[in-house]
Amino acid sequence: MTFKENKGIRLDYKVIMDLIEPQSRILDLGCGDGELLCLLQDKKFCRVEGIEINEESVYKCLEKELTVCHEDINVALANYPNHRFDYVILNESIQEVLQLKKTILETLRIGKQVIVGVPNFCQLFARLQLFFKGKVPVTQELPHQWYDTPNLRFFSLKDFRNFCRESQITIVKERDLGLSREVHFLPNILAHFGVFVLKK
Amino acid sequence: MTKNELGIVETKYFTCCEPPHEIVLKSGDKLGNITLAYETYGTLQEDKSNAILILHALTGDAHAAGWHEGDKKPGWWDTMIGPGKAFDTDKYFIICSNVIGGCQGSTGPSSVDPKTKKPYGLTFPTITIQDMVAAQKLLIDHLGIKKLLNVAGGSMGGLQAIQWPIQFPDCVASSIVIATNYRHSAQQIALHEVGRRAIMADPNWNGGDYYGKTIPASGLALSRMIGHITYMSDELMDEKFGRKLIAKEKKASGFSPQFEVQNYLKYRGDSFVQRFDANSYLYITKAVDLYDLEEEGTVMDAFKNVHAKFLLISFSSDWLYPSYQLKELLKAIKANDIDVSDVVINTKYGHDAFLVETKGQKKAVSSFLERAYKITRGKR
Repeated sequence: MTFKENKGIRLDYKVIMDLIEPQSRILDLGCGDGELLCLLQDKKFCRVEGIEINEESVYKCLEKELTVCHEDINVALANYPNHRFDYVILNESIQEVLQLKKTILETLRIGKQVIVGVPNFCQLFARLQLFFKGKVPVTQELPHQWYDTPNLRFFSLKDFRNFCRESQITIVKERDLGLSREVHFLPNILAHFGVFVLKK
Repeated sequence: MTKNELGIVETKYFTCCEPPHEIVLKSGDKLGNITLAYETYGTLQEDKSNAILILHALTGDAHAAGWHEGDKKPGWWDTMIGPGKAFDTDKYFIICSNVIGGCQGSTGPSSVDPKTKKPYGLTFPTITIQDMVAAQKLLIDHLGIKKLLNVAGGSMGGLQAIQWPIQFPDCVASSIVIATNYRHSAQQIALHEVGRRAIMADPNWNGGDYYGKTIPASGLALSRMIGHITYMSDELMDEKFGRKLIAKEKKASGFSPQFEVQNYLKYRGDSFVQRFDANSYLYITKAVDLYDLEEEGTVMDAFKNVHAKFLLISFSSDWLYPSYQLKELLKAIKANDIDVSDVVINTKYGHDAFLVETKGQKKAVSSFLERAYKITRGKR
């Protein structure tokens, strides 16, 4: 996802920061270069740590003086006891996770709440491409061609809500995002991205 | 001397534990007096808050960085220690000491027993990693340092880096543990055992009593050859030697070396004999094999009173100490809610990577130290 920056902060980061109580304990799964963790540490005074699979990104996190482990999300979660964290963040990572349901339930075990950021693969542009061009869409949410995508799953915001309901996971809050501002109308068609706060 | 060089450095010696004040070892045996060879680089701040103890591997020594007069190569971790390097001597005061049981300036089996006025040989007591750490603590006390900013080491040095914050929880702010295991596996013990057997099978070893006589050179060289195979990855050996021949023509007489890899191992073995004592090799490999964090409970329990921060580094092609072993340690440290980071560096250099793969290590180590330094000074 490429969000437009607002005062130098990506929209999804801004929304996630908004949802988090100050001084919380945070684990970011797939924390990348650690930008979001830095923001939460500096602006929300949170105690943060990250899990990241890319070696170069791990160095960038260490350079930012963050605590980070070089691990695969699929195996790292077993290392933590129940409710170690106030929030576990899975921002733009679940579409690449192998055992999605198992992973989300694990995050709900180690975190009191889980924040999930997901791209909406059924946004209007994708629907139009699919309908009029008869081609698998290539959009903001789906920037890859069908033959080289890292994404294992393609789902809409509605699909995700249904998944939570069927898995008996409570959605505490949902915020829907366009590229530069939040979306409040027909999110499953108009929003490019959804941020969900989950609780077991 | 260029900008990034330490220049000429000197080994110093610290002696303590003179009878009747001998150190009591883990085995219950007493040892005294004890001499430790050590080197220091950089300047100790007035508040003594910038001291880092570097812990060497199996056959390493106190000479970690810089040059000795007439040296052909610098200290064993010169790529990592020096002005502007990962262990930045412009900022930190670096100490490296030779372990007890060693043979490079510190008290070991080749030292003279003050009681008999003869070299200890096999009358030298069993040494453990805990004893090495206890002896280093005496040196740190002698230097007037109450709390080390960091301890760091790879391989056997990694064991000491694990043990330091456990044994002296209030004396270490952070630890960097590289390419090691918290207890030797059967494979690791087995590899050490063939090394020891190679020495003991040499008739010149003579039950450890060879000082002043012919040394068990061929046995010691053989154990070093075995060691060197385990320090390299398959990929690296193939790249370095492949099936390259020593001479152009493939005719070698009998079983004399024919392939370059044979020559390399022979060279490694022969040069090792010049600088290392066979009995020290037996004692130190045994110390490593004996180390077991699960000796008195689970590995998690071992970290109960620890509050140092950790950085664990392992290497993708290290088959002697595979990454998963440090991942187990990571799990135990995390279970204790201790601040720990880890990185698995992708490299072809095998176990030796901790000595030669400086790119990734440098990034991880310098960032981690910077943070530890700021925390100690209350800036974070």
